Amino acid sequence: MPGKLKAKIVAGRHLPVMDRASDLTDAFVEVKFGNTTFKTDVYPKSLNPQWNSEWFKFEVDDEDLQDEPLQITVLDHDTYSANDAIGKVYIDIDPLLCSEAATVISGWLPIYDTIHGIRGEINVLVKVDLFNDLNRFRQSSCGVKFFCTTSIPRCYRAVMVHGFVEELVVNEDPEYQWIDRIRTPRASNEARQRLIFLMSGELQRKIGLKVLEMGGNAVVGYLQCFDLEGETGLVVRAIGTACTLEKISTLPATATHPSNSSPSKDMKEPGFGEEAPGVPLSSGPPTPLRAQTFSSFSPSKSYSRQSSSSDTELSLTPKTGMGSGGSAGKEAGPLKALLRQQTQSALEQREYPFFTLTAFPPGFLLHVGGVVSARSVKLLDRIHNPDEPETRDAWWEEIRQEIKSHAKALGCHAVVGYSESTSICEEVCILSASGTAAILSSRFMQDGSLDTEHRFEEVVPPGCGFCHIPYDELNIPFPAQLTYCYCCRRYKVPDVLFTTIDLPTEANVTGKGCLIQARLCRTKKKAQGEGNATAISNLLPFLEYELHTQLMNKLKLRGMNALFGLRIQISVGETMLLGLASATGVYLTALPSPGGIQVAGKTPSDITYEQHISNMQKKINDTISKNKELHEINPPEVVEEIIGSPIPEPRQRSRLFRSHSESSDEVSELDLSHGKKDAFVLEIDDTDAVEDIHALLTDSPTPAGFYSCNTEIMPGIQNWTSAIQMFTSVRVFRLNANLTNQGLNKIFSDLCENLLKSLYFKLRSMVPCCLCHLNFTVAIPEDELIQVAVTAVAMSFDKEQSLENGKQSGEKTLIKAITENDEQLQFNLELNAETSSPNPLSSPKGLSEVGSHPSARAPSVDYSSFADRCSSWIEQLKLKAHTIRRGSVKTTSSLEKASPLPEGRSRSLRSNRSYSGSSVAVVKMTPLSFIPGAKIIKYLGIINMFFIRETTSLREEGGVSGFLHTFIAEVFAMVRAHVAALGGNAVVSYSMKECVFMENPNKNQAQCLINVSGDAVIFIQESELESTSVQTQSATTHTSNGGEGT
Amino acid sequence: MSVELDVFVGNTTIMDKEVYQLWLNGYTVNDAVKVRIEGGVMEECEASAEVLLSDTMDQYRTFQMCERLLHHPAKLANQLLFQIPPDRQAMLIERYYAFDDSFVREVLGKKLSKGTKKDLDDVSTKTGITLKSCRRQFDNFKRVFKVVEELKGPLVENIRQHFLLPDQLARDYAAIVFFANNRFETGKKKLQYLTFQDFAFCAGQLINNWTLGAVDNMTEDMDVDLDKEFLQDLKDLKILITDKDLLDQHKSLVCTALRGKTNVFNEMEANFKNLSRGLVNIAAKLINAKDVRDFFIDLVEKFIEPCRSDKWTSIDMNLYLTHYTNSAHILDTFKHHAVWTRYMGVIKSCILKMYHD
Repeated sequence: MPGKLKAKIVAGRHLPVMDRASDLTDAFVEVKFGNTTFKTDVYPKSLNPQWNSEWFKFEVDDEDLQDEPLQITVLDHDTYSANDAIGKVYIDIDPLLCSEAATVISGWLPIYDTIHGIRGEINVLVKVDLFNDLNRFRQSSCGVKFFCTTSIPRCYRAVMVHGFVEELVVNEDPEYQWIDRIRTPRASNEARQRLIFLMSGELQRKIGLKVLEMGGNAVVGYLQCFDLEGETGLVVRAIGTACTLEKISTLPATATHPSNSSPSKDMKEPGFGEEAPGVPLSSGPPTPLRAQTFSSFSPSKSYSRQSSSSDTELSLTPKTGMGSGGSAGKEAGPLKALLRQQTQSALEQREYPFFTLTAFPPGFLLHVGGVVSARSVKLLDRIHNPDEPETRDAWWEEIRQEIKSHAKALGCHAVVGYSESTSICEEVCILSASGTAAILSSRFMQDGSLDTEHRFEEVVPPGCGFCHIPYDELNIPFPAQLTYCYCCRRYKVPDVLFTTIDLPTEANVTGKGCLIQARLCRTKKKAQGEGNATAISNLLPFLEYELHTQLMNKLKLRGMNALFGLRIQISVGETMLLGLASATGVYLTALPSPGGIQVAGKTPSDITYEQHISNMQKKINDTISKNKELHEINPPEVVEEIIGSPIPEPRQRSRLFRSHSESSDEVSELDLSHGKKDAFVLEIDDTDAVEDIHALLTDSPTPAGFYSCNTEIMPGIQNWTSAIQMFTSVRVFRLNANLTNQGLNKIFSDLCENLLKSLYFKLRSMVPCCLCHLNFTVAIPEDELIQVAVTAVAMSFDKEQSLENGKQSGEKTLIKAITENDEQLQFNLELNAETSSPNPLSSPKGLSEVGSHPSARAPSVDYSSFADRCSSWIEQLKLKAHTIRRGSVKTTSSLEKASPLPEGRSRSLRSNRSYSGSSVAVVKMTPLSFIPGAKIIKYLGIINMFFIRETTSLREEGGVSGFLHTFIAEVFAMVRAHVAALGGNAVVSYSMKECVFMENPNKNQAQCLINVSGDAVIFIQESELESTSVQTQSATTHTSNGGEGT
Repeated sequence: MSVELDVFVGNTTIMDKEVYQLWLNGYTVNDAVKVRIEGGVMEECEASAEVLLSDTMDQYRTFQMCERLLHHPAKLANQLLFQIPPDRQAMLIERYYAFDDSFVREVLGKKLSKGTKKDLDDVSTKTGITLKSCRRQFDNFKRVFKVVEELKGPLVENIRQHFLLPDQLARDYAAIVFFANNRFETGKKKLQYLTFQDFAFCAGQLINNWTLGAVDNMTEDMDVDLDKEFLQDLKDLKILITDKDLLDQHKSLVCTALRGKTNVFNEMEANFKNLSRGLVNIAAKLINAKDVRDFFIDLVEKFIEPCRSDKWTSIDMNLYLTHYTNSAHILDTFKHHAVWTRYMGVIKSCILKMYHD
């Protein structure tokens, strides 16, 4: 039912001069929600107006509350002519609709204009009163929590994981409407921004409804994308994983435990306890009926699938699928079969057993099959009826079915780490979907037969279980070499494993990982319509095949045997196709050692030629051993014969199977021919192979002190400091016409390499550090242009301890390691005690200092609302800390004396803390789901923002670079401001999903669209948390363990 | 083939101190890259010239975007566009407002007008400081001048608060503003040997003792202008040289006190009347704005140069000025003790600072 939205306009600052004569501005504000508009008084002649308005109240349906943004427009009053707009602020009020998220939006928000950028700031207060709590859950989807994070959010636990939710809405793109010819660029940009806001809201509401129908209360791994199709319209689509989450109360300071659940239990199992059914859900219906859930799962899908045979559809599209091929799915061992039938029965009733999660609660992910992917090329047509976007739905339907069948072929019943994407050029659109085929435990999916499963589960060693093949070894859908697991020696594992998920926390890894990229360019003839689509579909399998070969070769070259976080992006332009595959390579201890790469020529008669080959071979071998050293890969030597491994012909050199877990239906045929020649891969006669080798050897290693990965964290690095730096870097490269494929490849590869080098150089002050979650996106904005955008986070870590950890992993020094470990633990404790002891003395002093200096306080005043909220909170913590420490002073001091060592470190920690205390306004951003050294205590809601910026004075704004630099900085600033207004101090799982840049230097014009998203959170430093209470001791040690593991 | 667009934006704005300094010094991007390459950063970080160029361009762009904010340092702290840690902010401001001593010597005491700005290219060639850097420094002077001109209260404090400058830098700016406001002549050949710090010290003395703010900081005109009443009163000191008895008496008192304590006693005795006339005449003329401008040149011509030609040491100078000041108070018919103290206190410390052995 309805709710009341209240908004108050407090003040403005740094407004632009709108009246040249007086150098001042007569500003007033329009507040609009739906069709209702309020205005403030005009505040004459000021650049820092104080409106201090009344509360503007909007009485609206909660459906509107979910769909509409609050729109605030700042204008300059003009007596004689029309009022000039200064800029706008859109506020997404969704976070206010959920009882567990934010309660008020209050703070300075940048006033944004699509032509001029940020023009001053406005201070607003926004609240929502929802009338009837119970009723609203039934009527709309208010209260469903959304998370971009692709794992179970840190302060929740999963009671149940319901499964895949998807929705898409379409509309006409305002930029292409007839009216656009007569309106100003500003009006058209604003229409577009507003429309997308509305569509996102609607989409979120509809997804929320589906979640409620399934009996969930949250969407995790929410991924929303825009397809700017141009003439044919604008599609906003989203996928996610419906879950039932329960908040973990870890903070005794604020904790009032739900009366039913005992706190001690929570302590023991703060993660994901088996007693789930026993614990009452905090919200949502306690036990959703399965029948109800499934029957109403996807109501929009009721049409028959025949609708997919529309005229525009090209059935000749390749529908490439990795890891598929052949018929499979026969069940193997009886135990496994039983298990599979159980979970499968649960999963098979779902239309799509897909999960957008990339990290899972322990025990959820049982086995991983390999990457599955599907692509299809479509011709865009006009969407005639936006209310029933059947064709778009059908397209995705088709691809998902494909993925599902690929997973089945791998003997898997589920797909995890699932994502979808598109690439559009003119009227051609490539739809892609990919994920990792897997077998999941039914523990988190409503199923009664938990117990049998459990018993089975406990037998599987946790560190290697997920590597064990899920498919039938006698009926492998593709050629692969199986061995017994190098960890448990009981189950079969493949020789390489490709996945789209994050490395499971429990996985046994040898050494460190690294970013591996395969890059490829393919020219294509200019064509129109169906001809063009056909050409593209014909090219796709080859592109994918080569990308895969490159990945495999690079993986071997680094002496690794598994890829995580694999993401293959294929971008289409008028005259070329671009493929970029990124993943993080690791050495899984459970999998066999990858062996080398062997080069051979076909004409062995020539001596010089032989020499050339042996030279190359030497180079490759050298690189492999160097890489192994670099990534600290020194697996324990195992003599295979002793264990009696059933590998048909054990060879030192493992072969590179181009085919493994790869290839589409068509390609797999190609593969087989390759795979049967069971010698090696790189034949030098093959020009492609020469190119491959060159590509292999030109990848320069990361400079000393740097590591990089595209997953959440790097295996082998644990001691993250709190220093993080999120960044976005964009490069556009202009190509010459008439380049060969090789030339293009080289350029593209160099472009990516140079970009990485630049990043390393920029971030050199953070060494030792790791670039995590390196997310590359490529695009072909126009002919002969390649755009590469990277968003990642650089995180510093402590070198000494990481070395120590490395030592510990050595097997022979086991006992020593244990003692060392003990020492280290003690060391940690000392550190805690020491660092915390000066806290009550130093920090309150810092606070009072700030208070006494009015000038010093000035900057923080602006964030007062936030500061107040936080400081009262911190104050509370400090009080607690103080009382506790009084009891333990003695031990602290004795420890202090005993350890002269950690002083330097503790000082640095202290300074860190006082630093973060002094600047309240700092908002951290990270693409990861966590913040190192800190604990997320509250999720405030999803941030999903879309901005357009346009200029007609490109040169004056510093050219294209200046223009984009400013715009990205502005987007960051707006994200930070909105998070701060929600009361947060960080954004996690941040991503820039869209960065469309168009320029016309001749006209001195440029336009850019950026879409960003993330989760607004409140975090506190763990060092502060630890000092809060003795009670939390156990909880914090647990979290720190968790932090290490992740 | 070319990189058409290349940007890097960090959530925390990354700024390299070294590049910032090169930017402030007015180097072009290419020159800055050359300097960096020579500095050896490439070998240190395994970078190529390309990487360095990209980084330098990026940094320069960031600085240009920040420059607008640096003009109003208070804004830097509460703007939202760049997330810059407070210590970095302080560094940015301090370095932006830092200036070259050789540059400031060229414009010290000049009117901060468009005309002066036009002549900056001459200053640039003379000092070897890039024109860009000269312009920035000049604009800084002008900006600070404009803001504090209208403000009440103590000059140094105003500058420190409005521009968030560290104490020493705020004092230097106070000196620059004070000199510009009173248009003191500092460019004459005879004054060339004086450094900016010499002048800054003197300015501090004048601001603290001779302005209205020195006696009463509630008044409107405060620190930038000299206390008119005091200048008027200075005319009364003329009696020290016009009254022959007083002059003789003063001389004998000083001579008695100094006899045997200095190597230049004879020169001092011979020159006493000339020197005394010089100092008192300067005092008497200060009521005219034109003579205020010549204050430093007068001090040098009438007092410092004669002493230097007689080879006085700084110790001699100190001794002489101390006794010269104190003896006047013993004179029977001399009544203007307060004015004398206020005048001679400043004169003494200025001369001692300006007298280089």
